[in-house]
Amino acid sequence: MHVLGIETSCDETGIAIYHTERGLLAHQLYSQVKLHADYGGVVPELASRDHVRKILPLIAAALKQAELKTTDLDGIAYTAGPGLVGALLVGACVGRSMAFGLGIPALGVHHMEGHLLAPMLEDDVPEFPFIALLVSGGHTQLVRVDGIGRYEMLGESIDDAAGEAFDKTAKLMGLDYPGGPRLAAMAATGRPQQYQFPRPMTDRPGLDFSFSGLKTHAANTIAANPSDPQTRADIARAFQDAVVDTLVIKCRRALEQTGLKRLVVAGGVSANVELREKLQQFAAKIGGKVYFPRPAFCTDNGAMIAYAGAQRLRAGELNDLSIITRPRWPLDQLASVSC
Amino acid sequence: MTLNLLALDTSTEHCSVALQANGQLYLRAAVTPREHSQKILGFVDDVLREAGISLQQLDGLVSGIGPGSFTGVRIGVSVAQGLAFSCDLPVYPVDTLQALAQQAIRLDDSTDRVISAIDARMDEVYLATFKNANGLAEQLSAAQMAPLTDLSQQPWWPHLVNNAQKLQGAGTGWAAYASQLDPQQQVSVCEAALLPHAQDMLHIALAAIANGGAAVSAAELQPLYVRNEVAWKKLPGRD
Repeated sequence: MHVLGIETSCDETGIAIYHTERGLLAHQLYSQVKLHADYGGVVPELASRDHVRKILPLIAAALKQAELKTTDLDGIAYTAGPGLVGALLVGACVGRSMAFGLGIPALGVHHMEGHLLAPMLEDDVPEFPFIALLVSGGHTQLVRVDGIGRYEMLGESIDDAAGEAFDKTAKLMGLDYPGGPRLAAMAATGRPQQYQFPRPMTDRPGLDFSFSGLKTHAANTIAANPSDPQTRADIARAFQDAVVDTLVIKCRRALEQTGLKRLVVAGGVSANVELREKLQQFAAKIGGKVYFPRPAFCTDNGAMIAYAGAQRLRAGELNDLSIITRPRWPLDQLASVSC
Repeated sequence: MTLNLLALDTSTEHCSVALQANGQLYLRAAVTPREHSQKILGFVDDVLREAGISLQQLDGLVSGIGPGSFTGVRIGVSVAQGLAFSCDLPVYPVDTLQALAQQAIRLDDSTDRVISAIDARMDEVYLATFKNANGLAEQLSAAQMAPLTDLSQQPWWPHLVNNAQKLQGAGTGWAAYASQLDPQQQVSVCEAALLPHAQDMLHIALAAIANGGAAVSAAELQPLYVRNEVAWKKLPGRD
């Protein structure tokens, strides 16, 4: 079954084609990062406008890459939420209408389900059940995954997402949007333990996160210190260490609490090198294993949507002609799929 | 031989579809603000079934491209893109202001000139002017943003009213702001032509095809927003 995946929930237009037996056949991505950098963040209306420009050329490129015609497609999956409503609508409308024209099933997919299943696109596939840490600019969630659509929310951020805290702290240092990865690069030259940052909500039980206080702490530290490159790098280091430590502590707790040994980490922040190393060290220590998507599939992409959609389309799920997007869509409301 | 063409538009509060197939006209329309994405494909499916024709058997699509609500415009264009791309159909883009003028002419063929105005919020209207050229709305001045002030101060005004026997206003801009746009009451508002209809877009496209007008590909089909500066500000120092 050839499934076209369409991702337009935020500022990346991602298109991919996944085959249920042959695997990923094509993957195309256009990032709008440059477009939004001048505004210091994603401008929803501009994001939507760019998706309308880029989506069909990318679909055409993916078909060409896979050496397929539109009529070879057997299903279309598009991100239906959560995300920016105007941006979601572009992918949903194009995807649903293409499927109508081709007479094939279409399905709206949950963006975070895409992320948490992204490691399934790699050679070393995690077995169910596992714990997933979904960590991006929009989300920080710990989820117990017992199968596709069988998700139990164990904890999530009560305020800013981890990636959001990265981006906002970077902005305070004058780094261009999205500053998170730039901040991480700066942290690499920072010296350890020059500044003490809190590890929010680790001193009490539970698996929820809070990162807005960390951002405030960073703002105060930046304001109280000189702005030379080494000081800035040291602050970046202290900030990153605090975020990474906090995430690792909560992942450890989630594994201990559930008795599971497998951890999946996905979402934009899962590309963070420090986080990857720390989680790998910790997993090795407990005789467990941590699974990451390849870096290209940590951030938003069409491949994860094609994959997640393929699992559900194969199980017979499909949408009617009503095109529905869900800007807010709790992950644990999804139906389970037996496969 | 008549062409088989499907027109759709969701640019405004109105969601409408018009199909010409085998010489007959099939229509669906509803005022469904915020529900266009849930209605439009159902309407398309309805008219195709009623006519007993498939999308693949069409000669082309006609898509409303705005101006109107940004999201509404994009729903229509994205749906048209998806339909056209899947069946490799050419697309004829038609703007909503011309469709409104065409509607005014369809409803009253003695109409001489039309000022189409769509409420654009933020104290502005999307506006363009047209003349009745043998039953077809022909554009006189390009789509623009206009403030809610006396239109007789606009540079195109003298040319528009010159020799005009019957000057009509069409679109929601007139329903909301006639007194500001036309304080001297020189324009008669066509109360029946407030929302654009795919039916008139179909008519415009057929006329364009007859005159050798070129279609665009699905990927080339793009919205006409007209308003390009909205409430987004660049960081200091960025141009």
